[in-house]
Amino acid sequence: MDTIQKELLEAVSGLHEIPVGAYNIRTNGKTEARNSTEHIEILPRESGDGIIIRIKPGTKNESVHIPVVLSQAGLKETVYNDFYIGDDCDVTIIAGCGIHCGTDDGSQHDGIHSFFIGKNSRVKYVEKHYGSGDGKGQRIMNPETIIEVGENSYMEMDTAQIKGVDSTIRKTTAKLAEHASIKVMERLMTHGTQKAESRFIVDMNGEDSGANIISRSVARDDSYQLFQSVLNGNAKCSGHTECDAIIVGNAKISSIPEISANNSDAALIHEAAIGKIAGEQIIKLMTLGLTEEEAEEQIISGFLK
Amino acid sequence: MLELRDVSFRVDDEKDKEKDILEHVSFTLEDNKFVAITGPNGGGKSTLAKIIAGILKPTDGKLFFDGEDITDWSVTDRAKAGISYAFQQPVRFKGVTVFDLINLAAGKEISLSGACQYLSEVGLCAKDYINREVNASLSGGEMKRIEIATVMARNTKLSVFDEPEAGIDLWSFQNLIHVFENLHKEKHGSILIISHQERILNTADEILVIAEGKLVKRGTREEVLPGLLNAADAPEDTANCAIWQKGGLN
Repeated sequence: MDTIQKELLEAVSGLHEIPVGAYNIRTNGKTEARNSTEHIEILPRESGDGIIIRIKPGTKNESVHIPVVLSQAGLKETVYNDFYIGDDCDVTIIAGCGIHCGTDDGSQHDGIHSFFIGKNSRVKYVEKHYGSGDGKGQRIMNPETIIEVGENSYMEMDTAQIKGVDSTIRKTTAKLAEHASIKVMERLMTHGTQKAESRFIVDMNGEDSGANIISRSVARDDSYQLFQSVLNGNAKCSGHTECDAIIVGNAKISSIPEISANNSDAALIHEAAIGKIAGEQIIKLMTLGLTEEEAEEQIISGFLK
Repeated sequence: MLELRDVSFRVDDEKDKEKDILEHVSFTLEDNKFVAITGPNGGGKSTLAKIIAGILKPTDGKLFFDGEDITDWSVTDRAKAGISYAFQQPVRFKGVTVFDLINLAAGKEISLSGACQYLSEVGLCAKDYINREVNASLSGGEMKRIEIATVMARNTKLSVFDEPEAGIDLWSFQNLIHVFENLHKEKHGSILIISHQERILNTADEILVIAEGKLVKRGTREEVLPGLLNAADAPEDTANCAIWQKGGLN
């Protein structure tokens, strides 16, 4: 890997070198390195357009890293990653995509991740997206996440896109079985003329299932964001969706929360707030000795933390 | 040393008429003094505090801090020069933790135990609060204590507290009074505190009474307090004290 690729890898996965445990590192459309372990098996898909990750039942405290790095201009790819997580697991999956664009040719990575989670398992899924480079070419990422959470299982999804991605359409769908729950924390920042759309559709099909979808975003300059969150309560369940967004400059943000109770025992809440940074927040930090600009940065970095 | 020279603050009211919130207020606050400002609600006390912090600019008059004219200084410049200000209604932040705020207030990286010290001083069990976000999950009383802790962490030459008792139940405030008594004893620079609380007024070296935008009385607690308390105890007998006719001391 060259320096740029290493930098991207660090930005999206925090990795300085080859990780321990199971991993699949993809650079410029090809698998750079792959490792399976006793409990976690990574195989190429038969169609050659991605990988299959099988996590054996009972696998505890293990992690899988599957970063993707694109530093070659003009590369457009669609990759499928399918995760099969057995019963009684407790695992962390770290994905991420970094695009470097140094020319006028754009690069695009569309990652479609499917999770099939068995019973009584806990999965933490961390996903970071990052773009760099001075080229005029667009850095485009369209991640799609398809999740099926089995009985009594819990999935936590932590997703962040803080810098450098010009256009993104994110789509996440989840189906929850009995006593299954999902928690999503999305953090998004757009600047310049970037566009970001993020849609969540969660079907709470099982009794006592629960969903908590939280989005915090900052739109700067002339960027645009759309957030949509659809919670369908099809059984006795509890769902909460919250979207907080800060506008800086001339950015535009739309937030569309939608909750549907298709069962009389579904308890659903939505909250959405969009606005500039409150003037009194800036003043408070200025009374602590920060300049107006420092105060703004502090508020934004705390908000997206 | 803080000096206000002929400070006025005028606003346009709804009928586009000019209204004086503060009129020609002048006073000097000596170093290491504990001065309380009291007076009826709507009299201009909070406006005065905001003018000292730089949040509001006076329409007339000048402010001097350690001999320098700070009238046109920003909030940031005044903070850096050594003026701290505790909000009457502390500001909430999503994502900023109590530790972050105390760290920013201290102006340097401080240790977790250092930050906890300030929380303990305002009567909060530090380990329960240090990593909490300064958001809507904290009660008004908790927010006030954290606000006071941030001002203590700044440790500046002048600290201005705008009604630290507002929004706290009386029982909780009784526990907070000793914080101010200690601040005074330990000589944390000068303290200017806007308050209606008798015990706070009793602690002060000097009391300023502001009513209808004017500084109407100034003196030691022995000189000022008996008159105030008599007026409060006997609201019907206000003929000798015009300022209490509009609601008196809260």
